[in-house]
Formats: sequence, structure tokens, C-alpha cells
Amino acid sequence: MDARRTTTLRATEAPGGPGAAPVGPLAGVGVCPGVAVGPVARIGRPAEVPRDLPAPADPAAEVERVQAALDAAADALDEAAEAARERGREEAAEILDAQSMMAADPVLADRAAALVTEGRPGAVAVTVALDAFREQLVAQGGYMAERAADLDGLRHRVVATLLGVPLPGLPEPGHPHVLVADDLTPADTATLDVAQVVGIVTALGGATSHTAIIARSLGIPAVVGCRGAMDLPDETPVLVDGRDGAVLPAPDGDEVARRRAEQEARAARAAAHHGPGRTADGHAVKLLVNLGAGQAPEDAAAVDAEGVGLLRTELLYLDRPDAPTVDEQRAAYRRIFAAFAGRKVVVRTLDAGADKPLPFLTDPDEPNPALGVRGYRTGRRHPELLDEQLRAIADAAEGSGAEVWVMAPMVSLPGEAAAFAAQVRGHGLPVAGTMVEVPAAALDAGRILDACDFVSLGTNDLAQYAFAADRLDHELADLLDVWQPVLLRLVATTATAGRARAKPVGVCGEAAGDPLLAPVLVGLGVTSLSMAAASVPDVRAALAERTLEECRALADAVLAAPDAAAARQIALGG
Amino acid sequence: MTTTTQTATAVVGSSVGLHARPASLLVKAATKAGRRGVDVTISVAGSEAVDARSLLSVIALGARHGDEVTLSAAGDDAPATLEELVAIVEREED
Repeated sequence: MDARRTTTLRATEAPGGPGAAPVGPLAGVGVCPGVAVGPVARIGRPAEVPRDLPAPADPAAEVERVQAALDAAADALDEAAEAARERGREEAAEILDAQSMMAADPVLADRAAALVTEGRPGAVAVTVALDAFREQLVAQGGYMAERAADLDGLRHRVVATLLGVPLPGLPEPGHPHVLVADDLTPADTATLDVAQVVGIVTALGGATSHTAIIARSLGIPAVVGCRGAMDLPDETPVLVDGRDGAVLPAPDGDEVARRRAEQEARAARAAAHHGPGRTADGHAVKLLVNLGAGQAPEDAAAVDAEGVGLLRTELLYLDRPDAPTVDEQRAAYRRIFAAFAGRKVVVRTLDAGADKPLPFLTDPDEPNPALGVRGYRTGRRHPELLDEQLRAIADAAEGSGAEVWVMAPMVSLPGEAAAFAAQVRGHGLPVAGTMVEVPAAALDAGRILDACDFVSLGTNDLAQYAFAADRLDHELADLLDVWQPVLLRLVATTATAGRARAKPVGVCGEAAGDPLLAPVLVGLGVTSLSMAAASVPDVRAALAERTLEECRALADAVLAAPDAAAARQIALGG
Repeated sequence: MTTTTQTATAVVGSSVGLHARPASLLVKAATKAGRRGVDVTISVAGSEAVDARSLLSVIALGARHGDEVTLSAAGDDAPATLEELVAIVEREED
């Protein structure tokens, strides 16, 4: 896939037209480079029913309005189910079918009508009637309690119709648009139509948020953490620059042209470089892509990169009641290894726990799951799962032609690295390493590297643990900034240990895909960078323009910076 | 014309209880029966009978695998309708 895209939407390039936006220029964090211009379409927030809604003047007419809203919901949900089915999302289709039948429920309609006749406004009546059912489901617990969310989805839809506000969920304006939201949920991104969404702006989130990761994997220009984004009215033309984070309502033609020209110049620079990553003086840096097992590997395999630096295997385990069989896993790995025959694939063993719970493996009642039994630690309770996974990887690797390395997530101690390496080699896999996400592992990287063959820095988790700042907490995004000099010092410590032993030290966090930061990481001694496929061309160009000596000088200057903003400024100036 | 109410019992066959697909199938069949003039209700032990055309009411019963439910139908076509609905409730698939 193209690394960037520049989108032209003629219909929206008339700045200052009728209803010109009162919102001034906004700024956030650019997370996927590219310039997009298009009309805003906001994701609907669930409507709150106002407390002071007046009683209906004409209850009979209000009953009809409620019935019409329920009918409209049933029809729309039917259509959505059909659309989901066409996209092969059978599970989503069944939920939508059930929601449609709930909207058409005669008892619901009767109860709501009775409440309206008593003088309740329609939106209140529907809420009260659905809440009665909801309580019954919640009381049943387990699976049924989870289905209460289906009722909530229906209630939000019908209430929005009755209040005359936008429907919650992804907007469908019927034309290409810039999607604006507080934040995107995994469910939103799963159904996002890449042919319609030219840019993404979210009010919350940082460079490592779910939205950022998805935007990069789709190659859609995106800005996150953009305060005030939800104040942009729908249909306002807006420019999104996913490099510097600018979000400009009603941009003038010169501004659009200037940014597009810059964008094209960068694209041309990126296009001028091909093949293995290297600095201007020929120092080799492996450029690799991140991939999820369970995703089709063919797109990633088409990227001009030296292989996969992080194969996430969690997808094989998510959304199912028990672990996948060895056969299932083997088939999934075979397909990936075949796509990367002749290249390297670094498989990360199951990283469950924290924000990725699994019913058959992790304890839902852990008080502090990010600091709990997650990653490699889950093997304390279920050693058989890791054994089965390694068997499947080893079987699939055999004769595949791919150079398969295996690494464990959330290793803290040299002893853990040694035990893991022994287990990997016991399965006939020759190369074993560990992730470095725990500050203790970075500080003791020398002994960890004595116990295994390589390490790979997960900068997102390393930042979370170094700064005691929850990755999912939007308020703390500044603490999780990859430019924090202390975080980079942990990278330097790890890379120095690797250089002393001539063992590879990679970075596979989101930091690796930042073309501004990549030369710094190389200067610190990192030997490979694994990133979203869309980031590879820019990173390759950024490295090709500097010598290793220049990278080292830059790294020294950045390490000495007093804070993250100053560190970034040094890189921008250099 | 007099209508008599007939009842039948059925044991929930779906391993996940009377919701999702089995509940949808039951509600669809009861809705069709309603259009033919046959009104169907369903209850579990200790609950009031609810309209079988109402998906929300049916899943709110919380009938689990192995629970016995009572179906009642009033109308000319009641026996055949009950037979059809019992078969849906007792089906083992989920």
C-alpha cells in the first residue's frame, strides 16, 4: 500500500462558504503522515435525555413518533446487518439482527406507548421501557449481562432519533470525509470504511493510542489529542496534516497547496530510496514491519522491508473461549512464513493480560493488570500454552524458507530470558530473544543478552513502566512521550549492552516508525527498527540522509536535553 | 367461534440457553403465528407468561439449557403451532 495519500475533494475547497466555521486552527499530535482535505463528519456521542424534557402536548402524536422511531431503527439495523454480512462479518450481523428484532418488539412498543400516554416524553418512555428489560438481563449475569450492551446500542439510536440529534456510531454522510471523534473504539475501527475516510482527527489519545496504531496501519492521515476537535461542525471543510498535527478549518487554497507541495517533496524523497535501510555512509539498519498473526500477511509482505520485526500472536487467541489448537496455530504461522520466505520473521509469543485479557488464561479480578500476570508471566500458571505455541511455530518454520526468531514479552530477569531461550531451543528453534519493556530489563540488558540472542525494545510499555503512567490514560499522554530523555537513556543502556556483545537490539514500539526519532535511535546504537508498513519509506529516507556519526551526535544532544519538547526541538533543528 | 388455549412443555436444547439464534427463531415463528391469529405465550417455572413475539421478553426469561418452558397457544391453528415452537425450543444447536 502507498505510504501516504493526498486526497483532493473538489466540493470542499471553497473556503469561507456559507456557514464558515467559527472554530479557529487546531493542533494535535500527528500520528500518520499525509495531508487530507475533506468535510468533517463527527462520530455521534450517545445522546443524554434532558431532565427537563416537557410532557408531550399531544400524546397520541407522540406515540406515533415513538413507533416511527422504532420502525426506522429496525429498518436501519436490518440494513446494517446486511452490510455487515456482505463484508463477511457474520458475528456483527447477528448482533445487528437481534437489535433489529428488539426494535420491532411489540411489547417494547406497547410499554413505551403506555408511558407516553401517561404523559412521559417519547425519549424518556423508550429509555424507561428498555431499562426494565436491561435490568432483567443484567440480573442474569454472565453472557446475558453482556448482551445489555445491545440494548444500550438500540436505546442510543432511538433516543437520538426522537431528540433529533445525530445517531451515535460512525457517520455515514455518503461522501468521503474527515472522521472526527473523541476517540475511536476497536469496534469503530473494525467497521471503518477506508474508501470514505480520508483523514482522522480525535480529541483524545496519544501517539500510542489505538486510533493512532490503526490509522498508521491503514495509511490514513491522522491527528490525535486534538482538543476542540468535536467543536468542528459537520461538513466544515478541514485540512488534516498528519505530520505536524495541524487541523485547519476552512483552509485557504495557498495553505492547502503549500502543505501538499511539502508532502509531495517528502514523498519524492522517500521514493528516492529503496532496499535495505542504511545511513548515508552505509551503516546497515534493518527496517522491518509489524504484523498481527491472523491478518492477511500479503500486503505487509509487499512492502520493501527486510521482514517482520514484531509478529503479534494475540489475535489468534482473542475472542474465543479456549486456546487455539496447535493445528490452527501452525496453519496461521505457515501462511505468514510462506509470505516472508527468504526474510526474517520475529514472532512474539502470546502477550496476554493487561489490556488484552483472555478468559482461559488471565485473571479478570487482578487489581492492577498492567503490573500483573501478563506476557511471559502467564506461563507461571499455564506453561502448556507457551509449549504448544512454540511447537506450532517450530513446525511451521520448518522448510518455510523464512528466518524465524522468537521472543517473549514482559521479561524482567536474566533468569527468565535463560529459561525462555532454553525452551525455544528445545523446540529446535535456533534464535531466542526477549522484549525489553520493563525498566529492570533495560537496566540489566547485558545479563539478559548473555542469556539469549537478541532483544527488542517495546517503547510504549517501557514508557508506561518507566514513568508509572497508564498507556490508556489520555491525561498522561505527555509522560508517555517517546522523546522523554529518560526513556531514550533506557534505550541507550540497552543498545550499549548489545553492542558490547555484538548482539542485535531492535525497537518495535511505535517510536521506531517516527522518521524524526529513527536517526536518534540508530545513534543510540539500535540495530533494527520495526514499524507500521506505512512508515517504512519515510524512515528509510530519514536514515539515508545522515551518516552514523551525525546520528550519534544527534543522539548525544537529545540525551542531554532537559525535557521531551526540547529533545524533539533539537531533532527538528538538526 | 370459540378459541381454546392449549399448552405444551419443552426442554431448552441449546447449550447456551434460550437467547441468540434459538430465541430469534422462536420469536420469528411466534410472530408468523400471530399473523395467522394464533397468540402464543411462553413462561418458565415461577415466571409470568410473556408474549412469545417479544424477543426482549423471551430473553429476559433467562431460560438456560435443560430448563423446562411452557408454551400456550390460543387459536384454530394452535396444535400445529405448538408443535413447531416446541421443536425450536428443543433444538440442540446454538
